[in-house]
Amino acid sequence: MSSLLKSREAILALAILILLALIASRFPGFVSPLNLANVFTDTSPLIILALGQMVVIVTKCIDLSVAANLALTGMIAAMMNGAGVPLPLILLTVIALGATLGAVNGLLVWKLDIPSIVVTLGTMTIYRGIIFLLTDGKWINAHEMTEGFKALPRLIFLGLPIMAWMAVAVIVLTVVLVRRTALGRAFFAVGGNAHAAVYTGISVGRTQMAAFVISGALAGFTGYLWVARYAVAYVDIAGGFELDVVAACVIGGIAIAGGAGTVAGCVMGALFLGIIKNALPVVGISPFWQMAISGAAILIAIAFNSRNQGPKGRIILKKAEHRA
Amino acid sequence: MQAQPASGTTPPVLSLRGISKSFPGVRALNGVQLDLFPGQVTALIGENGAGKSTIVKILTGIYQPDEGSIAIDGRPVQFPTAQAAGDAGVTAIHQETVLFDELTVAENIFIGHAPRTRLGLIDWAAMEAEARRLLTSIGANLDPKVRLRDLGIASKHLVAIARALSIDARVVIMDEPTAALSHKEIHELYELVETLKAQGKAILFISHKFDEIFRIADRWTVFRDGQFIAEGHITDVTEGQLVQMMVGRSVDQIYPKRPARIGNPVLTVSGYCHPTEFEDIGFTLHEGEILGFYGLVGAGRSEVMQALFGITKPSKGACRIGNDIRVIRSTAQAVEAGIVYVPEDRGKQGAVKGLPIFQNVTLPSLSRTSKGGFLRLSEEFRLARDYTQRLDLRAASLDQDVGLLSGGNQQKVVIAKWLATRPRVIILDEPTKGIDIGSKAAVHDFMSELAAQGLAVIMVSSEIPEVLGMSDRVIVMREGRIAAEFAGDAMTPENLVRAAVGIEEGEAA
Repeated sequence: MSSLLKSREAILALAILILLALIASRFPGFVSPLNLANVFTDTSPLIILALGQMVVIVTKCIDLSVAANLALTGMIAAMMNGAGVPLPLILLTVIALGATLGAVNGLLVWKLDIPSIVVTLGTMTIYRGIIFLLTDGKWINAHEMTEGFKALPRLIFLGLPIMAWMAVAVIVLTVVLVRRTALGRAFFAVGGNAHAAVYTGISVGRTQMAAFVISGALAGFTGYLWVARYAVAYVDIAGGFELDVVAACVIGGIAIAGGAGTVAGCVMGALFLGIIKNALPVVGISPFWQMAISGAAILIAIAFNSRNQGPKGRIILKKAEHRA
Repeated sequence: MQAQPASGTTPPVLSLRGISKSFPGVRALNGVQLDLFPGQVTALIGENGAGKSTIVKILTGIYQPDEGSIAIDGRPVQFPTAQAAGDAGVTAIHQETVLFDELTVAENIFIGHAPRTRLGLIDWAAMEAEARRLLTSIGANLDPKVRLRDLGIASKHLVAIARALSIDARVVIMDEPTAALSHKEIHELYELVETLKAQGKAILFISHKFDEIFRIADRWTVFRDGQFIAEGHITDVTEGQLVQMMVGRSVDQIYPKRPARIGNPVLTVSGYCHPTEFEDIGFTLHEGEILGFYGLVGAGRSEVMQALFGITKPSKGACRIGNDIRVIRSTAQAVEAGIVYVPEDRGKQGAVKGLPIFQNVTLPSLSRTSKGGFLRLSEEFRLARDYTQRLDLRAASLDQDVGLLSGGNQQKVVIAKWLATRPRVIILDEPTKGIDIGSKAAVHDFMSELAAQGLAVIMVSSEIPEVLGMSDRVIVMREGRIAAEFAGDAMTPENLVRAAVGIEEGEAA
């Protein structure tokens, strides 16, 4: 029992349940299965981006360019759709393009040895700037998109929209990546102790680059989902969303110092934010309070993380005695 | 050799008596004494680990002694903080100068005690004028307004010395001040030491280099294994006598070295060079052999090993492993060639804290434990269990975070990690540094077993008893070159230290 309580994921799950209970006490309809499914679907882009971000943060980097990447690839998707390119080709292109934008970040961090926060702060502005250059600031609206392009994320499959299934697929793939591949292990080694990773024959730069490519590819894919679902593309879509993505990771217990974090924590961090964002307007709380509550959640999560990082040697030794 | 307190005409400025200091598992100082006299340079001499750094930290208020007394001008004092030591007039110029790169020369000199105006603000004019006066007094022609990062290392030293003088120091500690200096800069430093002597400062000079000790010191004190051995006037002693006092002990610890059958050459290194770290390194290592590398700290031993392991690239030279000539350009290539390296700094270079034990062990072996690109955790557990059991690792479970283990057990995890790659050559850099006696014995025991199984072992160590007790052969390095090689009866503490500090056979005794 005590070990269950000590697990960060268990505490986060408990926090989510308490949050849902509080909301339900004022607005029971919120916790109906249908509404919860809607909340999950609505949070899907955040979940997908947060998982990409998690991989980057685990390697002791940060990717602030994800929302700009999403906006740029989303715009390209809308423009390709306008030019009559078939949907499968659009999907391949946005993923490849997103991965390329991520690779740019990764190469700058690797080869020029610039801190990732600076690199991605720069590319974030550049990527938004490219959208403006492509469009002169014009919007692409719903009537300029084909029905097929807009419908895919909303298609219902086994009771859930494709959008939600995509998030589920990304969750599964990330679990496999992180737990079952050498690259996934390398992410943690590089973030946990870069020196030791070098001494083990792991290239720190290459590994961080791989993380940025994954984050970029997921951002590119989300670019399509976002534009198709909201049926609009312009320079400023998902403005500031990168901060929500980082916040989801932090709340989910992904260590900003690198080397630690779980997929479950990351997903729950995203869901926690998603529930707050969806519930507070329903309950009738002003947007200002939404931001304040999100901010408080981040601070509590960080305080909790640092409190958990105290020395634990004694406890472990006692456990060892019991087992022996 | 006079072991009694010096009976000069002037009383000592600073006098330590019966100082002891222990750390968990180590007794760093055991009842040592030290006297420093005004206008005299006292050289503190001892091997690595003799307790020299600890005494400096006690004198500068960083450590508190467990026992013993410190007296200035015969009055007992205590240094609970670095500030208190400074106020009492004791100052140290450290191995790596502790200064602020982004501040100006004047700010560096006066940080913490800058002159103030009547409003309590920093009086820049007075500070710069005073800084200029101090710099001139030590013959340094530096602009007080220049930022420190624009200065060379020698000039930084001068700033550190000016800082020492600015707090009206009576005792100046120089901890290997010439380690990072060029020939010309060293001579300027000698002149400065003369200036300080003329001003009546008492100087404690810590150095490994006998030529400079005999050149500038007036008195000497020898420490060995945390104990005071003797002291006296430099004119009454020879290099040979000092060396004997430094090492004078029998190799009394029991080392579990088993006679191993030494087989074919595994690794032949020839003509390895590096632009700044080492030159013309060549040696042959055989199956079943433990080859010791001894030298003073900074002799370039670790740097050679890092080049063999592909962390740094040699500028010249070849490396033959078995029958293949190999060029090792990355650690991955080294591991593939069968060379592994257990670094000295486990915390920084060895274990990945945050990852569980088993994942640390399998990190370089993942290609063997995975199938079709996917990791198999059960295989990883099996591999990790095999090797950690052989090393007698004490842990609750292999799922446990490595960061929660003791130093000795972390060392075992790192060694297990490398053994799991099935290497042909294992390089152990200071394998028992900072670990408790029990773990030490386990590491030594295991090292013998590895050699007995035919693995070729290189052990870099600064502990003479360990080097002599464990090695079949010893290579001594000095200033980036191989100074000597000893085997059999020639492996004596005196020979090793002579070669390491650079005294020829004939000169001594």
